[in-house]
Amino acid sequence: MANLLNGPQTLGNGRGFWIAATLFLVVALAYPTFTDPYDVGNTAYFLCWIFMALGLSLMWGYNGMLSFCQTFFFGLGGYGYGVIEVNLGAGHGGAMASLIAAVAVAGAAAALLGYFLIYGRISGMFFGIVTFAVTLALAFFLNQTAGPEWHIGLARLNGFNGMQGMTPLALPWFGHDIDLEGTAFYYFVLVLLVVTYLLLRVLVNSRFGNVLVAIREDPLRAELLGYDIRKYSLITFVIGSALGGLSGVLYCSWGQFISPSSIGLPAAAMPVVWVAFSGRSDLTASLAGTLLLLFGFQAITIYSEQLALILMGVLLAGTVLLAPNGLVVSSVNGLVRRRTRRRAVLTPSLQR
Amino acid sequence: MGTLLDVRGISKSFGGLFAVAEVDLAIGEREIHCLIGPNGAGKSTLFKLIIGTYAPSAGTVLFGGADVTRLPAFSRVARGMSIKMQTPSVFRALPVRQNLRIALQHHVQPHQALGEEERLIALLGLASDADKPAGELSHGQQQWLEIGMALALHPRLLLLDEPTAGLSPDETFRTGQLIQRLNAEGATVLVVEHDMTFVRQIATSVTVLHLGRVFARGTIEEIIAHPGVEEIYLGAAHDA
Repeated sequence: MANLLNGPQTLGNGRGFWIAATLFLVVALAYPTFTDPYDVGNTAYFLCWIFMALGLSLMWGYNGMLSFCQTFFFGLGGYGYGVIEVNLGAGHGGAMASLIAAVAVAGAAAALLGYFLIYGRISGMFFGIVTFAVTLALAFFLNQTAGPEWHIGLARLNGFNGMQGMTPLALPWFGHDIDLEGTAFYYFVLVLLVVTYLLLRVLVNSRFGNVLVAIREDPLRAELLGYDIRKYSLITFVIGSALGGLSGVLYCSWGQFISPSSIGLPAAAMPVVWVAFSGRSDLTASLAGTLLLLFGFQAITIYSEQLALILMGVLLAGTVLLAPNGLVVSSVNGLVRRRTRRRAVLTPSLQR
Repeated sequence: MGTLLDVRGISKSFGGLFAVAEVDLAIGEREIHCLIGPNGAGKSTLFKLIIGTYAPSAGTVLFGGADVTRLPAFSRVARGMSIKMQTPSVFRALPVRQNLRIALQHHVQPHQALGEEERLIALLGLASDADKPAGELSHGQQQWLEIGMALALHPRLLLLDEPTAGLSPDETFRTGQLIQRLNAEGATVLVVEHDMTFVRQIATSVTVLHLGRVFARGTIEEIIAHPGVEEIYLGAAHDA
């Protein structure tokens, strides 16, 4: 399985890449020792969002499905965690069970929605439109659940004010629970992210991943090579959307709050902007670019949220016009091309 | 020898217009059969009905004795059909090597895939371009690559829709040799073709389609001697 970490579907494959990645991880692990807890918490908050970006990269970049409903599943994950956790109680591994159950709810919903979309042969632009509509519908629905009659068990949905009252995640550990807050939460999310990233790399470089990119390139040809492309796309949709759900759970655990504004516009457009800007067809680019944008977005939001949103829009338009494959992917490709060209000039005889 | 493909009374209409009407076509095991006819005769539509990307308005398709009329295309491929479509359709952004690997991995064990991949690359004469994106290949090379992908499935029935379109006479001849070699190895081949020299090179039997119906069938000599065949080709040329 380890030999699938590298392959044709990932950009960084060489020794240099893995050394850099390890260094980056070491810095990330040491980060809490040289920063104040506020920054650690803030960075953990950013990391929560990366999962949904990786999920979208898998669906859109590798399989060609532009899903506009990452925040739909983010919402299901977040609200799901809240509802289950409030009813179940956090003790005795309840919080961790709520995480798993909420991600499962998101995955099951993705299987249902995906079945109708994919087996109904909805693709291309229409896939984006339908998923976008579904997302807005959920946001509108939750917005009007302010009244006391809108509750699931003990959990009040609370409409546009947002749901609260859930407890943060805790790791069951030999009889007592370790609360995952502050630095502990940061490490938890970091480990989860590293594992997710590596597993996704293995997935896209496997035989399964080969079929995914084949479907992206030419669905009919892929089918005529004997692949049931609907099955492959559905599995991809479930994995990618469940990652959106995971982001929602982590976000909810981080802030003990979730509201419909995390689902509707402009939130729904954000994952698309991050991944398009970074380069949807590569997991590493999506990860790095998303992190960069989240930091940048927050830095500007401090001065003006409107300005930050406008800049995001400009960035998306600029990326689409200037570097349709994404800025990170395009710059890496440009570097590689320049290096090969230089090598070709130096050793023309070898090239022949 | 038994019948591998048996198409019975198949029809396909688009809004009342029959592109293919009540066509019967039986292809024996290890036969090389050519389908000819002027443009619009329904050849490509018939191919799509056989492989399953179109559902027929009427009629049945039997493959290896089993009724596959209601099976989706990928299941028919899994049962041993394979197709090269009229316009080259390869995975343009992916390297040549990966194009073949995607075709191979479905049924070849991982440890055999690499050897098989190299064998196909050599067979197709694409060794020096194996790591290029398939979209950068010449038109002829893309045609060959797609034939290679169709071969990688080790099909019992190979459907080739205009395999020599856009190829030089030399490439056309080599394509003919390749088809004959595959046939000798056990594949049954059904080819849509316009080039009569090529048809003469490979085919043992020919079916002529005209306006969606079978116009004539027989050996290549019988078809060439058939007075009506030249007529429909010329007629089509006059109409055009």
